[in-house]
Amino acid sequence: MEIRRRKNQIEISELDPFLAELLRQIPACARTEGAPAAEQRIFSPPINGNETELRAEWKMYVEPELRRLFETATQTVGADLEQLNGNEKSLANRTLRIPTKHADAWLSALNQARLVIAAKNNFTELELNDHLRSPIGSRRDLSLFQVNFYGFLQEFILREMDW
Amino acid sequence: MFRLEPFHKFELAAAYVSIFFMSAEPLTAQVVTRLISEIVHPKGGAPSAIGAPTIEEETRAKEAFDVPWQVVVHNDPVNLMSYVTMVFQRVFGYPRDRAERHMLEVHHKGRSILWSGMREPAELYVQQLHGYLLLATIEKIS
Repeated sequence: MEIRRRKNQIEISELDPFLAELLRQIPACARTEGAPAAEQRIFSPPINGNETELRAEWKMYVEPELRRLFETATQTVGADLEQLNGNEKSLANRTLRIPTKHADAWLSALNQARLVIAAKNNFTELELNDHLRSPIGSRRDLSLFQVNFYGFLQEFILREMDW
Repeated sequence: MFRLEPFHKFELAAAYVSIFFMSAEPLTAQVVTRLISEIVHPKGGAPSAIGAPTIEEETRAKEAFDVPWQVVVHNDPVNLMSYVTMVFQRVFGYPRDRAERHMLEVHHKGRSILWSGMREPAELYVQQLHGYLLLATIEKIS
């Protein structure tokens, strides 16, 4: 896989089918439905303690806006990922071009997907720092690889957008 | 509560300004009360059907707004350090070195106080931080 900035695009080329599939999974991985731990992490309370009024207002007014915000980001990413669904041979390497104006949406969706996967698997800090673990050991190892792969893309986007 | 309503606030401010400019007297609480009373019950005019203004009690205790609050960001092993730094720069307008100092404080000490002040802006900052998926809370300064 190669990743580079080309004018107003971030180009990820030489994407093998495995990595292309991991990218395709970003919108699905970002979903919290049916995973209370992930739901709790993504929509964490704004205050610790028993401020029931603030919590209730947050649930009523802020949470729906946050849901819309995150949904918009994953939709943008999903639309960009359509490029990977071409008519090429299924085992051929692919190229994905992300418009730089979608960088914020990608950062958000990648972050959300990483947080949801980590919450679902209850990864420890030690595991999250183990970047050399093979993805083929177990489903858990694959999920950890996914978190690190998405993190690598996030880092690249951050660096290229000069934030 | 969490939705800014600047237009309403602007209207309120404009009302004070026009009362001030219509009046040659200094704008004291007594003057404002009398001016409002004259608007509601004009001299020589027909009795107003509007009635005297009533002040609704705030639903929240007054001290909740008077006490300073702080915006706290908590450690999360998943969020990237560079991402957290970028969020602090964007949300608070901090220069990179200050944003990095806060990020490192979160990383090493588990939390960092990013801002302190009145409750409403504190809540808005927390809302923005949650929009970037950071673990953030507001706390009363004890």
